[in-house]
Amino acid sequence: MSTTVDDMSRRIGAMSSAELAGGRESRVTVGDVTCANPRMVCRDVDVFYGSTQAIKGVSLDIGKNEVVSMIGPSGCGKSTFLRCLNRMNDTIDGCRVTGSIKLDGQDIYDKGLDPVPLRAQVGMVFQKPNPFPKSIYENVAYGPRIHGLTNSKAELDEVIEGSLQKAGLWNEVKDRLDKPGTGLSGGQQQRLCIARTIAVSPEVILMDEPCSALDPIATAIIEELIDELRANYSIAIVTHSMQQAARVSQRTAYFHLGDLIEVGETNQIFTNPKHRLTEDYITGRFG
Amino acid sequence: MSNSQAAGAPPKRTIDVVNASLKRRYARERRFRLVGLAAVILGLTFVGLLFADIIAKGHTAFVQTYIQLPVTFEAQTLDPAGTRDPETLAGANYQAVIRDALRSEFPQVTERRATRALASMISVGAPSHLRDMVLANPDLIGTTREVWLLADDDIDMLMKGHIDRNLPESERRVKDQTVAWVEQLESRGRIEKRFNTIFFTTGTSREPELAGIAGALMGSFYTLVLTLLISFPIGVGAALYLEEFAPKNRWTDLIEVNINNLAAVPSIVFGLLGLAVFISIFGVPRSTPLVAALVLSLMTLPTIIIASRAALKSVPPSIREAALGVGASPLQTQMHHVLPLAMPGMLTGTIIGMAQALGETAPLLMIGMIAFIVDIPSGFTSPTTVLPVQIFLWADSPERAFVERTSAAIMVLLAFLILMNLGAVLLRRRFERRW
Repeated sequence: MSTTVDDMSRRIGAMSSAELAGGRESRVTVGDVTCANPRMVCRDVDVFYGSTQAIKGVSLDIGKNEVVSMIGPSGCGKSTFLRCLNRMNDTIDGCRVTGSIKLDGQDIYDKGLDPVPLRAQVGMVFQKPNPFPKSIYENVAYGPRIHGLTNSKAELDEVIEGSLQKAGLWNEVKDRLDKPGTGLSGGQQQRLCIARTIAVSPEVILMDEPCSALDPIATAIIEELIDELRANYSIAIVTHSMQQAARVSQRTAYFHLGDLIEVGETNQIFTNPKHRLTEDYITGRFG
Repeated sequence: MSNSQAAGAPPKRTIDVVNASLKRRYARERRFRLVGLAAVILGLTFVGLLFADIIAKGHTAFVQTYIQLPVTFEAQTLDPAGTRDPETLAGANYQAVIRDALRSEFPQVTERRATRALASMISVGAPSHLRDMVLANPDLIGTTREVWLLADDDIDMLMKGHIDRNLPESERRVKDQTVAWVEQLESRGRIEKRFNTIFFTTGTSREPELAGIAGALMGSFYTLVLTLLISFPIGVGAALYLEEFAPKNRWTDLIEVNINNLAAVPSIVFGLLGLAVFISIFGVPRSTPLVAALVLSLMTLPTIIIASRAALKSVPPSIREAALGVGASPLQTQMHHVLPLAMPGMLTGTIIGMAQALGETAPLLMIGMIAFIVDIPSGFTSPTTVLPVQIFLWADSPERAFVERTSAAIMVLLAFLILMNLGAVLLRRRFERRW
């Protein structure tokens, strides 16, 4: 996209005046953060790492049977926000979360709430495929086994087949379930991780750049999978690829330096962004 | 180089500069490799020399000289009442039986002093050997049997060439007449070296020919088993807690510094501590595998903890996240995923700690392991000694025959060490295969 001198000066002028006026430059979230049928409701979430604030007053709903994508430049806090949703940030020393995050009306940061069952309800797929160094079968069986979800070997086998099928991996691995999961290709490993996550039947699946380490073909398979999973789960996905966000999500949230800048229907965000920062990002002026 | 020349020369290409320095760089690399190789060769040479020396000195200890005599189990001497009562048989005078046997073998020796010298060719352990034979089979009484009797250590040394027959009589331990008797026995084929079972089946003794390594070997075995049982779970548990569960604050920093310091404390200090605390305060019996294991555990714990923490640190955090992400509790995450992955590293640390414990002498001297204990230990609380202390004690003994036994004991210690390490390596490989 070419930028004329005229265009440039207009933007600089807009920046300085808007800063004062608070319009297109304000850090108050633009767009509707709520949705009709919310599964998770986050309000005024602040996250601190020691004394630095990584997330500033973010409010966002994640609806049932929808995919919410979170985009933004590196270090904008989208992964941090995602990790708040199943309290993975608890494992980081000096990380402090304030505000309220509710799953089906229950505050997940409530003092009495145990993060272990929470993580069974809110599963997570990580940026780098991280299968356990065990067999494919054991990888998927681990979750159901520790939670005691199945009563018999037959039932467990069924869950494993179902999960692998949903993850689109069954046909590729059904003959070698006893082989190590780490021996699969990158794309297969990531699908194995997805199968592992859905084997415990969570209600929400968080995905932190699930395709960043994969080639376009593997990425396409996983995107298709995300679309199919939407029928049963709520999905929040962090991605660096705007095309991916456009392809898989119904709503998109744009983060910038710890602020949630704009939320809206994916179509609207990519075709008609309301905030200048969003526009700059999706048109490739920075980021 | 003058300015005009520099200006006139075409600008140098990068590749020319690289090529110019290449030779120097490769020469440096070659030098480094040579130095490394030299260091390895030097090290191997010294290890080779050490082994060669030990084996050369010690291999003769695995055979022992025996003398064959026609022993008549005289009923008159052994069981005059003819009751075959085991108590009578056990208390009978087997020395006299041997004396008679020697007299029949050397009828020409009649003088009193010479008879005594003749008797001293047979080990003082021989009578009890005959006693055991008779107790096992009382029907021997009244018969004459050819029996191989253990020779005295001086005869053994003479047979093995450690005492030179060509030296003048005044300069060697064995008198000319004894040498003559030995040569007589040799010509009759009644003296020979046989595999030394005594060395592997008995405890130590004042008599070199009766001294064995079994007591110390079993002592070391019991001590190490107990040390492993105490230090491995505590060490791994401590590492796991400090690395994964403990809050990172001033106290845990202090503990970490102290663990690192403990690893550098001289081992004899642990011996003093064991003496003062375990023996004096808690009344743990001294000279036992139990107290030795407690002291050695204290000594190996820092090694195990430090190695285990390093192993835990090297487990990729993505595995922890994966487990926590499907809802494993922190302890499940550690037990099911982190610990198995860290196990090979932990085992390496444990091997190092155990090898150190096996070879440790100084702290054990402080807790009474230096005592002269003949019995083979039967458990964790029976008095015993251990291999390195036994080596220390034998190396200190004046008899010539203890020299070869010292070397043989070192060989046994090394074999024990190699076996132990082999076991640990196999165990580690099993864990690694689950990767």
